[in-house]
This record gives sequence, structure tokens and C-alpha cells, in this order.
Amino acid sequence: MQPGPNLDMLSPALRARFDAMIAHYPVKRSALVPMLLYAQDELGHLTPEVIRGIAARLELDELAVREVIGYYSMLRLHPAGRYHVQVCTNISCQLRGADRIWDHCRARLQLENHQTTPDGVFSLEEVECIGACSWAPAMQVNYDFHQQLTPEKVDQILDGYRRKGASGD
Amino acid sequence: MPHPAEIRIVSRRFGNPEARTLAGYLADEGYQGLEKALAMTPEQIVEEMKASGLRGRGGAGFPTGMKWSFVPKQSARPKYILCNADESEPGTCKDRLVMEWDPFSIIEGMTIAARAIGSRQGYIFIRGEYRYLFAIVDRALEEAYAAGYLGKNIRGSGMDFFLYTHSGAGAYECGEESALMESLEGKRGLPRLKPPFPAIVGLYGGPTVINNVETLATVPHILRGGGAWYAAYGPPKNGGTRLFCLSGHINQPGVYELPLGFPLERMLQEVGGGILEGKPLKAIVPGGSSTPILTAAETAGLNMDYDSVARLGTFLGSGGVVVLARDTCMVKFALRIIRFYRHESCGWCVPCREGTHWLAQAIGRFHAGQGRPADIKLFEDVASNILGRTFCPLGDAAAMPILAIVRKFRAEFEAHAATAACPAPAALEPQSA
Repeated sequence: MQPGPNLDMLSPALRARFDAMIAHYPVKRSALVPMLLYAQDELGHLTPEVIRGIAARLELDELAVREVIGYYSMLRLHPAGRYHVQVCTNISCQLRGADRIWDHCRARLQLENHQTTPDGVFSLEEVECIGACSWAPAMQVNYDFHQQLTPEKVDQILDGYRRKGASGD
Repeated sequence: MPHPAEIRIVSRRFGNPEARTLAGYLADEGYQGLEKALAMTPEQIVEEMKASGLRGRGGAGFPTGMKWSFVPKQSARPKYILCNADESEPGTCKDRLVMEWDPFSIIEGMTIAARAIGSRQGYIFIRGEYRYLFAIVDRALEEAYAAGYLGKNIRGSGMDFFLYTHSGAGAYECGEESALMESLEGKRGLPRLKPPFPAIVGLYGGPTVINNVETLATVPHILRGGGAWYAAYGPPKNGGTRLFCLSGHINQPGVYELPLGFPLERMLQEVGGGILEGKPLKAIVPGGSSTPILTAAETAGLNMDYDSVARLGTFLGSGGVVVLARDTCMVKFALRIIRFYRHESCGWCVPCREGTHWLAQAIGRFHAGQGRPADIKLFEDVASNILGRTFCPLGDAAAMPILAIVRKFRAEFEAHAATAACPAPAALEPQSA
């Protein structure tokens, strides 16, 4: 017999966390957005299998889940790099030289917006305000904030991630 | 280090890692507000809040006590307390610090709010990008449950209150209260038509109080010190202090807690250390990207409180003060603002979806040197046709700053149309380090 949609691709710890989260709401569906984000954190992107699994867990149509995924800018259906570099270019960062930081990242990583390096280590995205306005210009790599950037500082940061990626950490 | 002009109430525990633990919080006057609130009737709590003059620190500036008073006493559906921690207004970076340094103040404030309206459940909706804060806030929640400050029969009072964090996943629109509730219900963050307002029909259809992080974190201080004590820090109807986020062309950008009504001149020169590279001030955005810009001339003698800023046709908003020095290209600045709103428009209302798109296209073309003088009128027309024609305030948030920039810096737009390249000096974005 074919197994039905499930969440076996996720760690037991995350599945247990989902059970706890769902119990926090009077309506199960409320857990949908955080479940999608945490599943993506483990898998790198939202695969068709995990989408079906989450839909089944919350007793939703797959289409309803996909409709929600399409709305939120952090959710993605395709893999990003292991280190997803997100450069803010919004007003407070713009006034402190974010355009230069953005151009520097593009040149350094040889990437345009929403592209991933062939080795899968880095991807690049121009993002909206990340709430680092008083410490601009700023970027996030995955969930880590890097603030008061200069091109030299960006080089050090990216080199650090590259070493980390090479050592398999 | 705090600036000497600061009055640290909501930020009093910033920089003290001990305050993130329940023991450290209790040692620094924590939970004294709740203790008082538990001895008061819900009406008395609301009256104390009204006396404080506290107005919402998220953007709209609505009086908090009044908001709470709109919740009906009797309700067939459960009532909810929500903390809006979806901080996303460009120029704003303060709620993050409250969560990072003083998570218990938010928990205590929400518990007091729950007591005031008769709610037994709440959520802290934190933007997904602020992942590092979940560990801090969740740990504080765990400690509060373990010590009987959350859960059933809080501190033997007979009051129950259950509180959880909830992660967003990237959407400015979810900072709008009704869109936030949709998102919390597991849906796309589309705004709801109002009325009914959340105090009557909110989360899961129940009466709901939704307040900003800083607002809720201020509540325990008001209960502890008294509404009159808090109100006295600011001018009438503009009670207390607030966190101002200084950013842009300023020597010492940072988040500073200052009394409402603090003179802008002092905020920029004394607290912010003056304009970068000693250049003259060109303009300020007073309260986040959606608030209409003020020229340097307009800001003469301005005091930073809700009513003084409103008299100039703009808003104190979220406390994000963005400073622009001479040499800033206003066309480029307007372009970055409208590109943001185009990206964040949820697409529900046609004027906002189409208007932000066409404005971004046209201003982009204009800045790239293909502008015509007639475009300037077009920008005004398109922006005016968004204004007031959408379900939620995002449409206005997109249109207002564009209208203000075009109208107040028209000559600069005209000069831009007359040349192929941006006429602003090349070095308009100074080094930050």
C-alpha cells in the first residue's frame, strides 16, 4: 500500500514541535505559516512532499497551502544557497551606501538578484527593510544579522561563510 | 551608553542581560505593575491607561486606554490579546530591542491587558526575519509559565492567561492589524474591511486588542508608577516617552528614548551628534517611510510629539526618524520608497496594486534620465488616485510620501527632467565606517 502524505522527511524534533504548536491554537490551520517556515529551514525549500504532508497534517487542501506559500516572501519552492545573502537597500540603508554594498555583493559572488552559485554555497537577494535602520547598511545571511557594513567587512563576512561551507559545518 | 538627554522607562533594562531572566526582572521592579493590576478592577486599569495618555507606538498613535475600552464586557466568543511584533516599517528598529532586552515587560504588559479586557489567550506575532528573538522570548515565556506568571490561576489570583509566540514569514502587510489576524489564522495576509474593528470582531471572530511591542512593554511601567506620573513626561494628550530610531545621514544613529515633545533640533544635533559630514539638513522623514517628508525649513522649532507633527500634515508614526542631508537625490529617494510599496502591496485593492506598480515604473524611468516634465503631474495624479481608495492603510502609506516628495521638491524633479543623468552629486551616500 502507498503511504499517505506524511512528514517523515522532517526530524522527529520538528514533528514534535509541530504537535506542540498546533495545540496552541483553537484552529489547527493557524500553525500553517510557521510550520512552512520551519520545514523550509530543515529542507532548504518547500518540496511537493512536505507541502502535501503539511496539508494533510492540518486537514487542508494542497491548493490552500500553495496559495499561502505564494504570499509570503520568505517561503520558497526552489532551493536557495546554503548561505542566503539578503542585502537591504531600503531608505535607511540606501542613505548609508547600500547600493554600493549591493553592487559589491553581486560582483564578489558573481550573482544577480535571486541567483545561486553553481556550487550551491551562496544565493543573493535584494530585500526590503530588515529592521536594522540605525545600524545601516545591513544584511542578513540566513537569519544572522550583519550591520554597519563596508565593502571590506562584506568580504570578511563572505569569506567566513565560504570557509564554513568548505569545512562542511 | 544611553545619551544624557534620554529618559529610560521602556528601555530601562536595555543592556542588562540579567533582566532577560525572571529573577533579574523581578529584582528590577518587574511584575510590580501586574501586582497592582490584580488588585484593581478592569475598569480601574483602563482608567489608569487613559490617564497615562499613552498612544500606540506602532504607527497610528491611537490612545491605548481608549482602544481597550472598546472591547465589550460580555462576549460569546473568546477575547484575545495580540502583540504586533511584525516590525517592518522602513526606518524602524526599536521593537527588536525591547524583545531582545526586556521580554518579560511584554509578557507582563499583555497579562495586564488581558486582565483589563477579560481575555485568557494571546499571541506575540514576530516577523519571521527576527528569528534570533524567538529563543529569547520563548525562554521568558517558559520561565513565566513555570513560576505561575502565566497559565492557570496566575499567582493565585484566579486569572488564567496563556501566551505564545507566532512567526510571520515575510510580509509588510501583516503589520496591518487585520492582515496580521488573517495571517495568524493561517491564511494570506489580506486586510479585512473595517468596521467592524478588531475590538469587536478580531482574531477568530472574537473581540481582540492588538497593540505594538513598545506600547505593551510600557504598560507595566504605567501601572507601577501611575498614569499621571507617566503622562507628566510629555505634553498634554501625548503622554510619556518613546523610542526614536535615528537613521540616515546622522553622526550617531541609534535608538533613543526621549520624552514626547522633545525638540527635533536637539534630537539631531545633541542626541544624534549632528548631520553627517557637517552638511546642512535637507529633510526628515518623521515616523517611518509612510509618513510624509518634512523639509528642513518646515522642521524649524518642531517638537516631536503626535500633535505637533500632525499640525505639519504628517505623523509621528513608528518613531523612525530618517535624516536626509543636502545632496540627497529626492527622485532616487522617492523611487526606493515606491519600489518598497510595490513589492509589499498585497494586490487585493486595484488602486494600490496598479498604482504602486505604475508609479515605480514611471519614477524609475524618470530617474534613469528618460523623464518628461509632464511626468511630475502624472506622479501626483496616480498617487492621488490611490489615496483613500483601499481597504487598508498600505495604499495611503504608498501615496502620501510620494505626494509630499513631489510637491515639496518639485524644482528638483524639474531639474531631473531637464538632464539625462541624475543631477545630484555622486558622493551622496557617505561611508558608514
